[in-house]
Amino acid sequence: MILNVLYSVVCRDITLYCQRRGEWVVPLLFCVMMVTLFPVILRSDAILIAKWGPAIIWLAVVLSLIWSLEAVFRLDYQEGILAQFVMSPYPLPLLMVAKLVAHGIVIGLPLLILAPLLGFLLQLSPAVLSALGLTLLVGIPSLMLVGALGAALTLGLSQGGVLLAVVVFPWMIPVVLFGIQAVMSVANGGALGAEILLLLAMLIVLLVTVPKAIATALKISLG
Amino acid sequence: MNRFNQLISPRFVYRCLNRLLPWCLSFSVILLLLGMGLGLFGVPPDAQQGDGFRMIYIHVPAAFLSLGIYSIIFCCSVIYLVWSLKIADICAKASASVGALYTLIALISGALWGKPMWGTWWIWDARLTSELVLLFLYWSYLGLRLSIREEKRAAKAAALLAIVGMIDIPLIHFSVEWWTTLHQGATLLKFSKPSIATEMLIPLLIMLAGFSFFYGTILCIRMRSELLKREWRSLWVSEIVLNIQLNTKA
Repeated sequence: MILNVLYSVVCRDITLYCQRRGEWVVPLLFCVMMVTLFPVILRSDAILIAKWGPAIIWLAVVLSLIWSLEAVFRLDYQEGILAQFVMSPYPLPLLMVAKLVAHGIVIGLPLLILAPLLGFLLQLSPAVLSALGLTLLVGIPSLMLVGALGAALTLGLSQGGVLLAVVVFPWMIPVVLFGIQAVMSVANGGALGAEILLLLAMLIVLLVTVPKAIATALKISLG
Repeated sequence: MNRFNQLISPRFVYRCLNRLLPWCLSFSVILLLLGMGLGLFGVPPDAQQGDGFRMIYIHVPAAFLSLGIYSIIFCCSVIYLVWSLKIADICAKASASVGALYTLIALISGALWGKPMWGTWWIWDARLTSELVLLFLYWSYLGLRLSIREEKRAAKAAALLAIVGMIDIPLIHFSVEWWTTLHQGATLLKFSKPSIATEMLIPLLIMLAGFSFFYGTILCIRMRSELLKREWRSLWVSEIVLNIQLNTKA
């Protein structure tokens, strides 16, 4: 029963994203452009690029994800669907997780595929590429949860995107630090160690706690 | 419950704040002057750091209270979200900018202290970085409050933000520590806290108390004005305002 509801929420959101392509195409373009900017800045110095490439790609993914998250609730808020979600008999946290799943399929997944390709462009080694994919696989859901909480808090405000970034920035530091650290240690010839486990642990904790906080934040924002 | 309601009524709180303010103010002035006098002239210079160590009397109280005030905001936010006591929100709102100021003072005094002692203004050490992130937490709290016009929504959203931020602080500290221990060992920062001599400790405690009372003073003033602003419709506010006008005319 509840699974049917969640499935229909996911399908609805994906359909809507297909109709409004700008919302997920533009963040992807942003990610590509930001990454390609760095070899130009670093004057195609191969050593520097190989050293900082993973961190640059991680940062580009994080930034484009934040920008994209502003759109998660925007349309539903403007059209009053969000109020319906809040009033519906189904648990709000789960509904919001379903929305985030749709967002993850439409924006997270392309970013996940894009990141190793961009790494290819920066001539990273296969080991680093796989580490990049793995850390992003764990990191993107965590970042999306945290970002969605910020989006729920800043719902419908005129400053929107910038405020979201400011609010979310301190919360993302642990995830970003561990993610980049894990990839950098592989890039420096180490192995994928404890950091990825810590990332996984953080994802689990966030998955349990943040949806509830998102639901609370939505109720606050809707008044 | 009735009695409790009376205790938290805006008018009663306003009166209490009025009573408290002169005490807080005089205590903070006396203690700060005494602590500074003792710290600057009463205490002998440190064996290793010379006179430079006297920065401790600004730096440590500010750093201590920067975190302390954030915990106060956290407690107020929990109280506000659970029991929706307006006073708790007013207290949190009034505290936030003082907390941000103390964090800034801690960072700046730390930089001034670090230059002669470590040879650098700033180093990406775990404690420094987490203090910086604490400043960002304060800023995002203040920024969110500034951006939401609607009073009630701003209060609740900020309360939620403060609670999540409080949970985040140990996580941030841990992750930053992990990152620094991987990147560089303690090369410059072999600054394990020395067991401080008693005669140096006493001015520090006095300064800590002085900083706390100063926070209390600002808190009283800001809470008072916030109460007047929010309760401007009520009778007791107009009485106060009328009294002030009469006094100034006479």
